[in-house]
Amino acid sequence: MRSKREWRRRGETKFLVIPSAARNLLLCFANDERPTTNDDFMTDFSIIGKSIAMVDAAGKTTGSGKYTDDLSVPGMLIGKILHSPYPHARIKRIDTSRAEKLDGVVTVVVGSDAPNPYGILPVGHDEYALALDKVRYVGDNVACVAAVDEFTAERALELIDVEYELLPAYFDPEDSMKAETNLIHDNKPNNIEKDYHHVFGDPEKGFAEADRIAEARFIANEVTHAAMEPHSTLAAFEIDPQTGNPGRLIVQSSTQVPYYLQHKLSLVLEMQMSQIRVIKPLVGGGFGGKSEVIPLEIIAAIAARKAKAPVKITYTREEVFWAHRGRPRTIVDLKTGVKNDGSITAVKARVVQDGGAYCSYGVVTILYSGALLGALYDIPNIQYDGYRVLTNKPVCGAMRGHGTVNVRFAFETQLDELAAAIGMDPAEIRQHNLLKPPCVTVNGLRVQSYGLPECIEKVVERSGWRQRKGKMPRGRGLGVACSHYVSGAANSIIRSDMPHSTVNIKIDRDGGVVVYTGASDIGQGSDTMVAQITAETLGCTIARVRVIAADTDLTPIDIGSYSSRVTFMNGNATLRAAQDVKKQIATAAARKMNCEPGDLIFRSDVVSKKNGLQGPRGDGRPRPSGQAEPGSASPSVSGHVEGQILRGSLQQKRKDEGPKEQLSFEEAVVAAIDFHGALSGTGSYAPPLDARGGKHKGAGVGPSPAYSYSAQVAEVSVDEETGEVTVHKVWASHDCGRALNPVSVEGQIIGSVWMGMGQALTEEMVWKDGMLMNPGLLEYRSPSSVESPEVEAIIVESIDPEGPFGAKECSEGSLAATIPAISNAIYDAVGVRLHECPFTPERVLAALRAKNNAKRINLTEGVDPTSPARFREHGGSLWYRGKGPERHPLDPSRTETPAAVAGDD
Amino acid sequence: MNVPMKVTVNGKLHALDVEPRMLLVEMVREQLDLTGTHVGCDTTYCGACTVLLNGAAVKSCTMFAVQADGAEITTVEGLEKDGQLHPIQKAFGDAYGLQCGYCTPGLMLSTLQLLSENKQPDEKDMRKAIAGNTCRCTGYQNVLKAMQLAAQNMKGA
Repeated sequence: MRSKREWRRRGETKFLVIPSAARNLLLCFANDERPTTNDDFMTDFSIIGKSIAMVDAAGKTTGSGKYTDDLSVPGMLIGKILHSPYPHARIKRIDTSRAEKLDGVVTVVVGSDAPNPYGILPVGHDEYALALDKVRYVGDNVACVAAVDEFTAERALELIDVEYELLPAYFDPEDSMKAETNLIHDNKPNNIEKDYHHVFGDPEKGFAEADRIAEARFIANEVTHAAMEPHSTLAAFEIDPQTGNPGRLIVQSSTQVPYYLQHKLSLVLEMQMSQIRVIKPLVGGGFGGKSEVIPLEIIAAIAARKAKAPVKITYTREEVFWAHRGRPRTIVDLKTGVKNDGSITAVKARVVQDGGAYCSYGVVTILYSGALLGALYDIPNIQYDGYRVLTNKPVCGAMRGHGTVNVRFAFETQLDELAAAIGMDPAEIRQHNLLKPPCVTVNGLRVQSYGLPECIEKVVERSGWRQRKGKMPRGRGLGVACSHYVSGAANSIIRSDMPHSTVNIKIDRDGGVVVYTGASDIGQGSDTMVAQITAETLGCTIARVRVIAADTDLTPIDIGSYSSRVTFMNGNATLRAAQDVKKQIATAAARKMNCEPGDLIFRSDVVSKKNGLQGPRGDGRPRPSGQAEPGSASPSVSGHVEGQILRGSLQQKRKDEGPKEQLSFEEAVVAAIDFHGALSGTGSYAPPLDARGGKHKGAGVGPSPAYSYSAQVAEVSVDEETGEVTVHKVWASHDCGRALNPVSVEGQIIGSVWMGMGQALTEEMVWKDGMLMNPGLLEYRSPSSVESPEVEAIIVESIDPEGPFGAKECSEGSLAATIPAISNAIYDAVGVRLHECPFTPERVLAALRAKNNAKRINLTEGVDPTSPARFREHGGSLWYRGKGPERHPLDPSRTETPAAVAGDD
Repeated sequence: MNVPMKVTVNGKLHALDVEPRMLLVEMVREQLDLTGTHVGCDTTYCGACTVLLNGAAVKSCTMFAVQADGAEITTVEGLEKDGQLHPIQKAFGDAYGLQCGYCTPGLMLSTLQLLSENKQPDEKDMRKAIAGNTCRCTGYQNVLKAMQLAAQNMKGA
């Protein structure tokens, strides 16, 4: 049956005929697209695959490393932002004169100081640094004061008079979609940011062929990144030495995307990008929350320009919650059909995302939700209807597992239900629906390396699944689920032919290696990855390598740390830059050693000849065939040598010295610098064309040069009296291609699983009339150290043919499997299916009571965010600037007539 | 308005004039320029601002600076001795007990308090000791390994 299934096969055939990962690796290096060195055939690496500490660990453990808020410069002012207290209102008037008169206030900026719209997506330029005429959520940015200290700036905020005209507001996406008047953005009818309708294969036929069909609504509530470091930006203008006026802009910011920040600053401030320098200091976690331009980053620059002084703005934790950009509340109406043998015949999903007040990454998020229904299992027929809806709430954006997590929760839970319905083991039904890579899925995603089968086998084996599943005491259970994620988007946000990553390497005369990379280390360890790849390729110790990262004046363009792209893309660029510079060393060293460059081995700080190659050239010994470095110039005496500028001195040296058997790394470097004049190399990476997806509308999102795979088993217990769920252990296997630094990969897997567990059990943004009820870490409740289970991280290496040393993504893909693994384990424990996460005690108890046909006690009253009127007062008490919670004047549950309210805060 | 106070920070005595409303964390970061102590939540939850006050781990955003008058304070910058990393610092680096590093100073100081009271903590002791420190990156697993390693290293010392 499977053989009849039609695959849309594309791509180069050389990938299609070789099944084994090892042979794929060899073949990939024969691909002309990437430079090749002999050492690439080696698998006994000296640095790759070894667990090493982060190269910047000491800066973090001694306190000497600087995050943005740790920075200060002479004459620096502190900026504070005035936020909207209303979810939807027109700004009638702003009077800043009282604030400006306050002692210590240097300037106050408002929307008209920088009226150009911007947004992270070219199709979503709907934000203003400060509101121009309308505020669209509680927390929207209205004005900013720059003053000599924080206290003065805060006092000044209270002196800004803003007159608002309140507008009806929309808090529920399904209501918002029906709106015809008072739209959130005038150019978005029905408050729909974007909707997509995709049909792949023949879903109707697929459902007709199914023996069992499940259909249900799943809801995943809103969560946020809550990275430990609150956003912070320090903006300063250099004084132009010729004119004495403010000249170039220097922005230091807690960002995952320095290049995009530079781009948007250029747009809003109407400055050339070359006149803006963005530097990323240490960043205290991102998870997507710093992967786009956050209002304070632009506001600080505007304030610095007007104040003619450096301005630093750091968000309070409450402001971080308003800035948000987290994972939207998602309603998934899902229908899946399977045959009695377990084959999935069709999937139909209608997804509604509550995107908040602006576009942000929304268009991409809603596309990911549909696109990544594919590339995990073999699904021949898919129908997808996705709606990204605007509401008057803080803006949702990209968060770890961008777009895939909530739909994956729904799908994996439903697949479990179907397995139960046809009497099949949940692990087996997943094994039954595997892809057969290399292939291209029905929705145009190219899959090459595919470690999912091994991932499932590993967690089944390690968790004792076969012996324990279904045989545990009541209240305790096991659940399995799988997930996957992109290793970087194959298409960048701003469409162009530009490489996605470029890296420069310079080597000093003493053998010190400096790597200039745009990769933004946000705690995931990209600086360490870059150092490892460089040291491995050059055969030097990692201690020689210094990484200068994410400074737009120094480092070539890298489009940022998002979509899990850095290891794959920046890693490949680093590899190529290192190979470029290595080639130059090899040509010079070969002359010294009287051999061919291809005969050299670079390893452990020594450049030596390959085994069996000794003595002068022309000794008659056969050279290993096929190992000469393609494209490299052969330094024969009469031949032309690329980059040779010091012919005279070289010839002099040759006279002085006889050939050497080996050189130290420094000697080889000195030889190369004497020979070439300087030693630097460049490498870049752009995803191959055949990995960039299909042609349908929205096809640009979802394609990736490689996908990571994950399978997990969770063991939970459920207290049937209280509804409390405890996760005891999670076995998490993850196919990361090759683990460049295993301890780092494990750290990412564990962190992903842990964050997924937070979304599964406790984390939820609670809303009342557009007001966030829990804007603090105490109320938001991520799992603490005493609630965090053991995660057994299992690395699976499928050796991707295009990844650097075979590596793929490892930081996001695991998150999505955790939520359904837990929901499926709850079913195994107590026999109820939970369709709404997080699985709070209230929701678990409600499900248990429904199952037991008990008299329905409405324990969930006030917890359902779809009914704001019945909303429970939640723990949060941090009402904006001391104002007590008040119902929105236009709320239908109020009897008063709406009236314009003059705000005086 | 300002209040004179004396405080010993990392073994060095400081005589300061501070505003009564100034928080201890503000004094440490802004007056003494010891920026290794971080602010994560402003509400005494996350523990990124943890310092040792007379040997006890406290959240320095919860205290006024003047309350530390006469006290002895250790911040992350005070862990290193004679150019040598403290065994706890070394353990957090070696055992991959950190990722972004923002919460790390607080975690290390909570660990120091634990290990000064209990040389052989079990897993439960360790989890409890850092229950007031939030980390969003690690899921705490490698933090616990680092604490274990630190305990071993310090036993030998």
